[in-house]
Amino acid sequence: MIPPLVMQLLDSLAALLLLLSFAMLAQRRIVTLVDLFALQGAVLCAATLLLAWRTGEVNLYLSAALTLSVKVIALPRLLHAMIRRLGVYWDTDPLLNISGTMLVGVPIVVFAFGLAQPISALASTATRSAIGIAIAVILLAFLTMITRRKAMSQVIGFLSMENGLFFGAMCASYGMPMIVELGVALDVLVAMLVLGVFFFQIREQFDSLDLDRLESRREAP
Amino acid sequence: MTLALWLLLGSPVVGAATFAMLGARPRAAELNVAFSLVTFAAAAALSVRVATRGAMSAGGEQFFVDPLNVFLVTLTAFVALTTSLFSRPYMRIETADRRMTPGRLRLYHCMYQLFIATMLLALTTNNLGLMWVAMEAATLSTVLLVALYRTPASLAAGWKYFVLCGVGIAQALFGTVLLYIAAERALGASGASALLWTHLDAVKSQLEPRVLSIAFVFLLVGYGTKVGLVPLHNWLADAHAEGPTPISAVLSGLLLNVAIYAVMRCKVLAEGALHSAWPSAMLMGFGLLTVVVASFSLWRQQDIKRLFAYSSIEHMGVISFAFGMGGPVANFAGLLHMTVHSLTKSAIFFAAGHAAQKSGSQLMDRIRGLVTISPSVGWGLMIGALAILGVPPFGVFASEFLILTTAMRTEPWATPILLISFAVAFAAILQRVQPMVFGETRLRRLPHSPALLPVFTHLLIVLMLGLFIPPFLADWYRAAAQLLGGG
Repeated sequence: MIPPLVMQLLDSLAALLLLLSFAMLAQRRIVTLVDLFALQGAVLCAATLLLAWRTGEVNLYLSAALTLSVKVIALPRLLHAMIRRLGVYWDTDPLLNISGTMLVGVPIVVFAFGLAQPISALASTATRSAIGIAIAVILLAFLTMITRRKAMSQVIGFLSMENGLFFGAMCASYGMPMIVELGVALDVLVAMLVLGVFFFQIREQFDSLDLDRLESRREAP
Repeated sequence: MTLALWLLLGSPVVGAATFAMLGARPRAAELNVAFSLVTFAAAAALSVRVATRGAMSAGGEQFFVDPLNVFLVTLTAFVALTTSLFSRPYMRIETADRRMTPGRLRLYHCMYQLFIATMLLALTTNNLGLMWVAMEAATLSTVLLVALYRTPASLAAGWKYFVLCGVGIAQALFGTVLLYIAAERALGASGASALLWTHLDAVKSQLEPRVLSIAFVFLLVGYGTKVGLVPLHNWLADAHAEGPTPISAVLSGLLLNVAIYAVMRCKVLAEGALHSAWPSAMLMGFGLLTVVVASFSLWRQQDIKRLFAYSSIEHMGVISFAFGMGGPVANFAGLLHMTVHSLTKSAIFFAAGHAAQKSGSQLMDRIRGLVTISPSVGWGLMIGALAILGVPPFGVFASEFLILTTAMRTEPWATPILLISFAVAFAAILQRVQPMVFGETRLRRLPHSPALLPVFTHLLIVLMLGLFIPPFLADWYRAAAQLLGGG
């Protein structure tokens, strides 16, 4: 059984994760967005480690190592390098202004906890109460994706969604089978490399990573 | 016989690695055909094994082959082979037109093999988590191919493809996580084996119904995005229209089938757990909506490949509807429709690709009088269009007829909707194809000889399936249809 102090620590980490999701929703500076994403990865890693230590699951140690190497070190570095090379620092005005987006975020969190109820009722893990937070992180990341115009911020939203998914799997069943986690991490890394190539190609053509311009050019004959 | 399985999965992987290392060589296209041939031979051997001795599993139960997936494996390997045959002369013309460079050709060959490998992995794996990984990898391997020509339109299409399928597939991952939670409970904490489909299938009636229903919604939305079901179909037409033609053919003919396969595997579990026909009803609803929206969208298309991409969306709707109805006849018809659609549609894309090359444009208004400038391309396109529209002697007629008659018996309300959509699609495609094939043209005959052996091979098989389904194939479909259940 997990002692109450550790449990409280885990809950605070989960709360921190949700807070970071909201921070990402509000952040328009892309460099800061990457830092927030890295921080989210670090919190996820800490929570995984803590849980691994208390439950003694070897899988969770591996999962934490994977999170640390991919989401805290590799991806943020890759993203920072891309930002420097491409010179995209700010997201131009999002589809919905910041306060509006935050207001939409609140009912989403409520909905997430509603959705989590039957799942937490089924799960037998000590951390099942945090499943709602995991779903909220996924949905907020989704919101980040659909309200941003820059390709770069959408990608960070996508990655944050992956964080939420991992956290969900961790809370509900102490992680997915190792082979699946490895596969997912590999996919994410490859996706980033593909995107890197892709961004430079878009850049060559458009001198910008503004997706609106991409769309408007598409409409022209 | 596990050797055949390893060969099946290994050949395209080795192929991809070879092309990545060797780069653009003069004989790369022939090598591409050779690797596809090995893959097809392995698929044929595997299907003979399953036909004679039944289902098998391999690699510590991580892989699993039964009549349902071996039929798709063979179809995938076959179309992959004919597409590689088609792509050799097609790419030669593209290179002559300066649209392909050695670098792009290298990327194309490498990713083509990798794409085939991911689809075969998604079909043969028994692990639902690995299936997800393979589906995501299939998207990733084709993103750069869709944007291969690097025109603004193709880059936009590639980006849309990546983002929409990426988000979709993330939903499917969440669905998989939920399935895992439910599975762990039912199977006992058994870790790595909890996502094995065969194990889940054995205990599906004990899976927690509420969690499974949430999981199924996420899985349907996730994999449904890749199928091109209607509110999620936006990426499909762009990706098909902008990529090189061989890629349009394999995306439409193969990837969509694999995505439907994933949905069906999940549906079998959800239905077992819920003890109700609710997942089937959802599949039927989405399918019908897709058929209606896609057939009306056909009228607005200007681009030949977009036109046939929308036709693919329509047919995916028909297939989903058939599987939604369930039962031996509808499942049989759905499987037959998957086969004939994938053969016919890839044949049409082959012909359309050559037509666009000869006219120098994909816009249908610029393509005229194909029978004069290249009779074989013209007739290929015409016969293909008639076949896909369900004109009698072809196989599409047989499957659509079966679907309609089953619908009349079990879901009479849906029949008029289907019939009207078929009629709308018929008129839309025919009025577009007719002037392209028989219209007046000022273009001269071009020297390039088209690669039409694959087109007519596919159409011949479709014709044969319409007239007579060989008994072994019928048995095979019946065995696969039984696995899908429902009804």
